[in-house]
Amino acid sequence: MVVLRGKAHLYGADVDTDAIIPARYLNVSEPALLAEHCMEDIDPGFRERVSEGDVIVATTNFGCGSSREHAPIAIKACGVSCIIAHSFARIFFRNAINIGLPLLECPEAVSGCTDGDILEIDLIEGKVTNATRALSFTAKPYPQFMMGIVNAGGLIAYTKRRLEEIEA
Amino acid sequence: MATITEKILAAHSGRAFVSPGDFANVSVDMVLANDITGPLAIREFRKLGVTRVFNPARVVMVPDHFIPNKDIPSAIQAQDIREFAREQGIVYFEAGRSGIEHVLLPEEGLVGPGHVVIGADSHTCTYGALGAFATGMGSTDIAAAMATGDIWMKVPPTIKLVFHGSLQPWTSGKDLILHAIGDIGIDGALYSAMEFHGEAIQFMDMDGRFTMANMAIEAGAKAGVFEVDATTEEYLATHPQRAGTAPCRRYFTDSNADYSRIIEYDASTIEPVVAFPHLPSNVRPASTAGDVVIDQVVIGSCTNGRLSDLRIAAQILRGRSVHESLRCIIIPGSQRVYRQAVDEGLVHVFLDAGAVVSTPTCGPCLGGYMGILAPGERCLSTTNRNFVGRMGSPQSEVYLSSPAVAAATAIAGRISPPGNTYGESREEISW
Ligand code: SF4
Repeated sequence: MVVLRGKAHLYGADVDTDAIIPARYLNVSEPALLAEHCMEDIDPGFRERVSEGDVIVATTNFGCGSSREHAPIAIKACGVSCIIAHSFARIFFRNAINIGLPLLECPEAVSGCTDGDILEIDLIEGKVTNATRALSFTAKPYPQFMMGIVNAGGLIAYTKRRLEEIEA
Repeated sequence: MATITEKILAAHSGRAFVSPGDFANVSVDMVLANDITGPLAIREFRKLGVTRVFNPARVVMVPDHFIPNKDIPSAIQAQDIREFAREQGIVYFEAGRSGIEHVLLPEEGLVGPGHVVIGADSHTCTYGALGAFATGMGSTDIAAAMATGDIWMKVPPTIKLVFHGSLQPWTSGKDLILHAIGDIGIDGALYSAMEFHGEAIQFMDMDGRFTMANMAIEAGAKAGVFEVDATTEEYLATHPQRAGTAPCRRYFTDSNADYSRIIEYDASTIEPVVAFPHLPSNVRPASTAGDVVIDQVVIGSCTNGRLSDLRIAAQILRGRSVHESLRCIIIPGSQRVYRQAVDEGLVHVFLDAGAVVSTPTCGPCLGGYMGILAPGERCLSTTNRNFVGRMGSPQSEVYLSSPAVAAATAIAGRISPPGNTYGESREEISW
């Protein structure tokens, strides 16, 4: 069973892709280089505070703005293991799932959480446990259709399998 | 019983009908990437183990964001897509024959009514103005679609926006869409298609419709859709579809279609507006902006870099000067627009007024280059986003408006409704 564990980094509504990775850094696409500037304009200390396994927690419309896949890539390359929010912008949601960065929609877990709380996430069960507060929540399950991509580990692995099936 | 969006997605997934919330595997008619998203898409495409794209006439890469190359890393990204384009024989436009992707693709006849278009750029929704279903995705989605020619989608519900009445002299499509975003918020149409109707839309030119469809994403929408009418047909006749593109088909929403929401506006009461920092939904009438001193005006982008945008700016700037404490940067959206602006004398008007006129590029719109803001500076721009740091320093501010407000502001040095500069009645000038 995959259980993710890390401390929560709390944000509000409408965290946009320019905030996640400013466009001035999009002249490269290497994950490690993008990670260096993650959240730079809205939270300059993020890069210092974040460690492997940590979880971003936000309210509504996380990831709005541009289609840049560089945004979830930067977050993932910082070591963030999961994002929990009330809701996500559509393109960001697809991009994160496609590159294998799990997202959960779970408003209850967001409102019960403060910065630095330790969260444990069971992706298979869709369960979020706030270990600091000893509270558990259940996230909205992924649509069945999307589980195929999530289980394959992302869209490229999923498509590769599809192409092989077509050929076979 | 179905909306345009549902009809297009049904036709592209081999079904008689689809309903909002359905997942569908949709065949795509055009797949787009640019110099930022293309290199990532190519990298992922290579991982799939396929050697050819599904159809080279239906994959297009446009170098536009940091083009002409602003530095060595961006030159390498441009090189990536150029080499891939050569290798695959896909559609590609080199600087000098190119433009901002969303201005360029309709001009070049690469997208048309009834098409499904996906692009690794959020403003791909622009092509909905032609009656297409067009939506932005990420690079990995584009990589998969370049290989297979299809992509999964969730069928969106459709929100109908009706703009009744006729527009005030200086009110434009930009003002209508900003007004609507101000009303419903930047996630007001999340996951939905926005469909535009009403008298004000019927009388709007194609450029205005492109502007409105373009900013559907700023309300969180998946697409912005218009019905094809005589205005669309005229545009299509003068911008014929390119060889190898998918056949076009006109779809119309059934009179008893199920909209998730219907929103009606009296367009005749909508004044020219400005979106204040740092959200496109922070909208107020330009006349109530107060005394906001501006350091830079930008007129251009995939939202407002088309010929009619430049004509309106020139109409206001003709015989006047850009305020001495401000720079005004004008960027035609494509080489064709640029050429036409030269031929019509618009560029002379801009140069006489003391504006910078650049070759087509996204440049300052995304804080790339060609007009980056210093800390504390304020820019009024005809682009589409005013998030923190969008055009430069995180301590700078971006205000969004139509080209008319932008030109009037460039003259006044502070946010100014065009009526103040030019008078309340706007006579039509033919160039
Ligand atoms: S002009 Fe601006 S919004 Fe449009 S494609 Fe270029 S960067 Fe994106």
